[in-house]
Parts: sequence; C-alpha cells; structure tokens
Amino acid sequence: MSKNIILNKNEIGIILNRLACQLIENHQDFSNTILIGLQPNGKTLLNRLAQILTNKYDISELNYGLLDITFYRDDFRRNEKILEANTTDNLHVEGKNVVFIDDVLFTGRTIRAALTAVETFGRPNNIELLTLIDRRFSRHLPIQPDYRGRQIDVYENQKVIVDWNNDIVDDCVYIINKL
Amino acid sequence: MNELSVNHLLGIKHLNVDDINLIFKTADHFKEVINRSIKKVPSLRDITIANLFFENSTRTKLSFELAEKRLSADVINFSSAQSSVKKGETLIDTVNNILSMKVDMVVLRHPNPGAAELLANNVNATIINAGDGANEHPTQALLDSYSIRERLDDLKNKNILIVGDISHSRVALSNIYALQLQGANVMVCGPKTLIPKYLHKLGVIVEHDFLKALKWCDVVNMLRLQNERMTDSFFPSVREYVQQYGLTLEILNSLDKEIYIMHPGPINRGVEISSDVADSKNSIILDQVENGVAIRMAIIYLLAQKKPLNK
Repeated sequence: MSKNIILNKNEIGIILNRLACQLIENHQDFSNTILIGLQPNGKTLLNRLAQILTNKYDISELNYGLLDITFYRDDFRRNEKILEANTTDNLHVEGKNVVFIDDVLFTGRTIRAALTAVETFGRPNNIELLTLIDRRFSRHLPIQPDYRGRQIDVYENQKVIVDWNNDIVDDCVYIINKL
Repeated sequence: MNELSVNHLLGIKHLNVDDINLIFKTADHFKEVINRSIKKVPSLRDITIANLFFENSTRTKLSFELAEKRLSADVINFSSAQSSVKKGETLIDTVNNILSMKVDMVVLRHPNPGAAELLANNVNATIINAGDGANEHPTQALLDSYSIRERLDDLKNKNILIVGDISHSRVALSNIYALQLQGANVMVCGPKTLIPKYLHKLGVIVEHDFLKALKWCDVVNMLRLQNERMTDSFFPSVREYVQQYGLTLEILNSLDKEIYIMHPGPINRGVEISSDVADSKNSIILDQVENGVAIRMAIIYLLAQKKPLNK
C-alpha cells in the first residue's frame, strides 16, 4: 500500500512548536487551564505538547489528562467494528479552560462525544479544540478547531495516519487509501 | 479479544477465561465512570431491559436496575408476586408478552434451575441469569472474583474458601466455576449434610474442620443458610451450626495471617458471621456491592454490543 507523506519529522516539530506558542498566547501561565488528550490518538500529541510547554517554555503548573469517549460515541451497535474502551484520568474541569487535543479532526463526532463525556466531571469555563491535522470538507457536525497544525483535503476513501517516532520510523503524517 | 464468546449470560460454565478478563477490563472503566459527579453514559439509550424477578431480591435487583440506568437503558420491573403468573401463565408466555412491548434484554431470577437457559432457547431476547434456583448466579461470582482481584491482583494459585450451605447455594457453584477458570484453588467447608456428595469431582477440596480450612485460605467467602430452599433438617440447631461454622473475631485473631472476608449478602449477623467480623478492616463485603454495579454494567454493555442495531 503506497504512503503519501504529507508531513515529515522537521515539519511536525515546527508545527508543534507553533501550536505550543499559540496555546501560551491564549492561556499564559496555564494556571486555570487543563489540556485533555482524547484517547487513544490524542495521547502522544498531548505528551509532546506538554514536553515542549514544560521544557522549552518553563510552564510549571501544567494540568493535563486523558479522556476516553468510547461510552459516549453515537455509533454503538451501528458499527461492525467493536469499540474498545481506554483509560480516563480523574479530570478536574470545574471552572477550568479546557483544551481538547486530538491528532486528526475528521467528521467531528469524536469531539461531540468528548463534549458530552467531559461534562460528567463538571462544568468547564470554556472548551477549545487543538488538532494536528484538520481534514477540510469532511465534517458531519458544526465543529471547528481553535488551533490547527495543518489543514488538508483528502478523499472520503482515504485515511490520514499520524505515526509518532518509534524505533522504526521518525514522526510523520501520511495518507493511505482505505482497503 | 474485545467481544464475549456468548450471546447470553446463563452461567459461568458457558464462559472462558478471555470472557472473564474482558468483563473485568470493561468493569474497570465503568467503575471509574460511576465515581464521577455524573455517573451516567448514553451507550444503551436505545435499549429496553426487563428485570423479571420470580424470587425475592434486594441487592441484585437494585444493582441491576442501577447498572441499567447508569447505561441509559429504559427499564421495566416485574415481580411475580403482583403478576399474572399467579393466574397460571407459563414463563415463556409471560416473557413473550413482555417482549412484544419491544424489550431487548431480560434479566431473570427464577426459583427453577435452568429457567434462564429455557428462555434463551425459546424467546428472542438477550437473557442474563440473575440466579436460577440452586444452579448458577453468574454476576455474583464475577463480582466476587473481581473484588478478590482488586486485593490480590491475580487469582492464580490463590486459596479461596467457601463456607456454609453449599448444597442450596447458586453463589457457591458459580464461584467454584469462576475461581477455577482463573487458576485459583477452591476449598468448601461446612456440615456434611450441606455439601453435595460428588462436589470433589469438580476438583474442589472438601473440608469439614472450619479452623483448618481458615488456616489454608487467603480469602474466605461466608455463605448464609438458604432456609427458603431447605426441605429437610440438615443440622441439629442453628446454635450448633454457629458454634462450628460461625466466623468470629476471636477465630480470625487466632490465625497467624490476615485473610479477606467476603459475603454475598444478605448477612445473618451472629449466625454465619459475627458483626465485628462483617465490619472489620479485612471485610470486603461493601466492595462487593459497589463492584456489583460496575460488573453488571460491563456485562449488559458487552452483551448489547453482540446484537447490532437492525439485525
């Protein structure tokens, strides 16, 4: 299966740095902010951003955690694929500025589920959305990111994969055709 | 594995160890959910569940109802005392009538062993056995194992003792199946008259000396005397039973190790277990009740997943 690479390691590094700076611009010292990575794909992006914010920009009081939306999805029993839940952290969101973090924004249904799920922990002051990749013209719901890494146009039968650095490959984002 | 091997929960004997692990993993997530300020998830909002209780129940019925409501299912309750069963209707007719009201899942408690299996074979709904006579009580056994695993991590080679009225107890049989499936060693203890004659054929150790049994175990599950199912006199007097098989703090303190105390409820304080033991720090009786909701949510969720919409 051919891979069409759209972002390489250097480009991802520059984008993550910009996203971190944009977050600082809006959240200053992050004392009333919580970054929430959406399981499972937002986890690594959250960790990368948290590393940059803490190590490079000396944000000392960074609150962050993970949220799983499996039980809040709207396709339970409607999908051949069996849904598997992941861990959710104990999130303190009451009165906080929440930033959802996910790797790819596609239909917007995951974010809708996350909006329902996060409210089970309390009433946030506001909620923003950060995504590394924004798939344009593919939304099923009126949801848009507040911070976006790269906006791309992809056909419905294609999938965007974010591959984070591991022993075999460097960070990269590529497009493949669905089988 | 991310789905159950069965379409109904009729008994532990129909499950495999992967099913149990999947139920426990899912229950972990639901336990986290029910400790949030809003304890409800919308997953089952298009499902209707009927709780059919042909026998009395407090804990199990409440626990199932709460689990169903936490999953956003619509719930209808039925108890035989106020029903047409008294007018001579058969079980299958009763259930089919309820199912024509578009019910997707049935939680059944019935005094006859095999009632849940009969329904599963004859009606078009997912069946969960909430206790059928002296046969099985699978959700109780699962929540018992889950509660032990919270304390001991793993059941492999752990010594679990079940004490009391084994003959009339569905909890005992389901627990034996569940514990053995997870690699635990199981011992039963009680008067000879309350232990089935061929139980050792299940690979269970049978012991009649209570103190000896307690010294062997890591966890003891104390069962009550099932007076409602006893048709004969099985021991001389309750007083004598308490003297031989009642768990007191004095006995517990005489052991040279700490063991966990369990009880499926309802407790007869002062009979099978004294009040100070039931309320002691080693008692995980209330953990069992809390875990019951998470385990039942997991089972209902996983069984609902097996029946895709419009199929």
